Amino acid sequence: MERIRNFIRFIVDSAKHVASGNRYYYAWVGFLLAIMAGGAVAYASQINHGLIVTSMRDQVSWGFYIGNFTFLVGVAAAAIMLVIPAYVYEWEPIKEVTILGEILAIAALLMCFGFVTVDIGRPDRVWHITPLVGTFNFPSSLLAWDVVALNGYLLLNWIVVTYMLYCAYTGRHYRKGIVYPLVLLSIPMAVSIHTVTAYLFNGLAARPFWNVSILAPKFLASAFCSGPAILLVLLQILRKTTRLQVKDEAIFKVAELMAYTMGFNLFLTAAEAFKEFYSNTNEKVFTEYLYFGYQGHQTLVPFAWASLLCGVAAFILFVIPRTRKNWVTLNLGCLLIYSSVYIEKGMGLIIPGLTPDTLGDIYEYRPSLTEVGVAAGIFAAGFLAFTFMLKVAVPIMLGEFRGGRNPAREPTSPR
Amino acid sequence: MSGPEKHDPSRRAFLGAAAGAAVGVALTGCTPVSREEFFQRHLHELTDAERDVMVKRLEKQYEEKFGKKVTVATDPPLEGVTFAYALDLSRCIGCRKCVYACVEENNQSRDPQIHWIRVLQMDKEKGVDVLKADPYYDSEEVPTPGHFYMPVQCQQCADPPCVKVCPVKATWKEKDGIVVVDYNWCIGCRYCMAACPYGARHFNWGEPNLPADELNPVTHLLGNRPRPKGVVEKCTFCIQRTRKGLYPACVEICPTGSRKFGNLLDPSSEVRQILENKRVFIFKEDLNTQPRFFYFYGV
Repeated sequence: MERIRNFIRFIVDSAKHVASGNRYYYAWVGFLLAIMAGGAVAYASQINHGLIVTSMRDQVSWGFYIGNFTFLVGVAAAAIMLVIPAYVYEWEPIKEVTILGEILAIAALLMCFGFVTVDIGRPDRVWHITPLVGTFNFPSSLLAWDVVALNGYLLLNWIVVTYMLYCAYTGRHYRKGIVYPLVLLSIPMAVSIHTVTAYLFNGLAARPFWNVSILAPKFLASAFCSGPAILLVLLQILRKTTRLQVKDEAIFKVAELMAYTMGFNLFLTAAEAFKEFYSNTNEKVFTEYLYFGYQGHQTLVPFAWASLLCGVAAFILFVIPRTRKNWVTLNLGCLLIYSSVYIEKGMGLIIPGLTPDTLGDIYEYRPSLTEVGVAAGIFAAGFLAFTFMLKVAVPIMLGEFRGGRNPAREPTSPR
Repeated sequence: MSGPEKHDPSRRAFLGAAAGAAVGVALTGCTPVSREEFFQRHLHELTDAERDVMVKRLEKQYEEKFGKKVTVATDPPLEGVTFAYALDLSRCIGCRKCVYACVEENNQSRDPQIHWIRVLQMDKEKGVDVLKADPYYDSEEVPTPGHFYMPVQCQQCADPPCVKVCPVKATWKEKDGIVVVDYNWCIGCRYCMAACPYGARHFNWGEPNLPADELNPVTHLLGNRPRPKGVVEKCTFCIQRTRKGLYPACVEICPTGSRKFGNLLDPSSEVRQILENKRVFIFKEDLNTQPRFFYFYGV
């Protein structure tokens, strides 16, 4: 009973904490809520008229929504990847990095579920895809696998974060016997969610652009760069605005690891390009459409090259120690990596996979205003969830926000 | 654009008192789903009696919507029958009569237009190459010199990739080889469309617009009954006809006799004769989908 009461108090206190803040906090939350309202209006129109208000059609039956979904699965997976170097290099704020990574993963997963939900034609039938309740086509459908993997991963992260924060809140030390196995489990889970998502596309023999065995490794390589890019910027912001301490070395080390993974990602891209253009079969048409356009259809070309150039530039910035250890070029590199992977794993993966279609028809897809509005709403909702979680987690981690019956009995160290 | 104004929401909204309907209304906006429809279970989980209740509900729903009597049949697969199709590439002239006969028979949406058959105009010099094909040819007369025509529709694969990927088992292969969709179970994720190598699956992007006077009232539960928006549909070899021993509409209309249809298990059937005596080719054979749809050269 005591525990339940404590936990309820933890929830109530957290809610109170989320509701209060300074002017900038309210402005930020208000800004996000405004974008969410815009997204809700756009989605209402989509519900009323059907997916016809998007630019998707039979030829290109997946678009911006699934692209964002794919990218965000990568972010969710990679957030946990940061836990590995944190342990290997024995950084000081291991616990903080773990919690931040898991919070980012939770926010990214919430956005993933948002994007899948807005993409389906019959949201009133989502219960059909719920395990045990609906008719779940497991293990045949990779989409069923993805539902299991993503929900399992979300649950795992949510348990670890809640448990660790609750312990810090009540002033007790978390039990290593509980946390360590779960955190260790979350690492292969992170790999698996991104692998399963890659397989979702990879398994379709009808789409040669996706039906290449390099797809899953490339998913992981690109995710390993984009996830940490977000966290690096976040860590810098947090150590400026709060008492959270993060060593410079830790940040530089992550940047170095990102350089290697980006290098590997570029190598895989080159390997793909070589195979397509040297063997010169009909299947190169998709890669050709992406990088050079096909029969005068050029929509993706500037994006494809922008993605490639951003990737190369970021690789150079991160591989040279001087630019890696310069805050300006470091943050520029993070931005470049983020842009590069966002294009590559979003539109750059989905659209050329479907263009030209299986009967050679070319339909040039560009997201409609409705799609952009709905997507902005989902991103705003994700950022809002992320903000709220940080608002509670950071002061708890710093020991500034605490409750419970005997908070002073067994004090935790700040880290 | 589809016309939601054609669909009076208040007519069915009286059912919305139930909680399930409230959820449904909230989620689907202008086309409220009834409580029964919302909680409708998968066809395979229904007893025959429950299925009949569903059929009665659908018939009533269609009658209210279109103002005329619509029958929804549930004829099961015929014993000892596996349907197969053969199409003579040397005879087809690309007149697209099959495309429109199919639309009329199978109640596809007229606006936005949905076609289950797509006729590709190919260069004789290039052979069968979809990248060189033109699906939008618009010549005064067909055939045009230097071209041949290849109609493509669902190939009713023995190993259908669309069925494999469906996350909710809303599509499956019947005993007679026809791949069908349960329009009341499909969630509209369109994974099957990404998986189909033949572009045979079509999505109701908007509310399907089917004028009442063009509605074919003789329908099958797994075939040509009117579809809602947000679900996938496809060719079913005219399941409402072929299970009664009739030819599919496209076979019947074809002015050149290019289209042949029959029972693969009957050695004396026309399709078997073609498979045994003609030069046959299978579209995208390397994908190992094992179509029950064969192209052949009759002359």
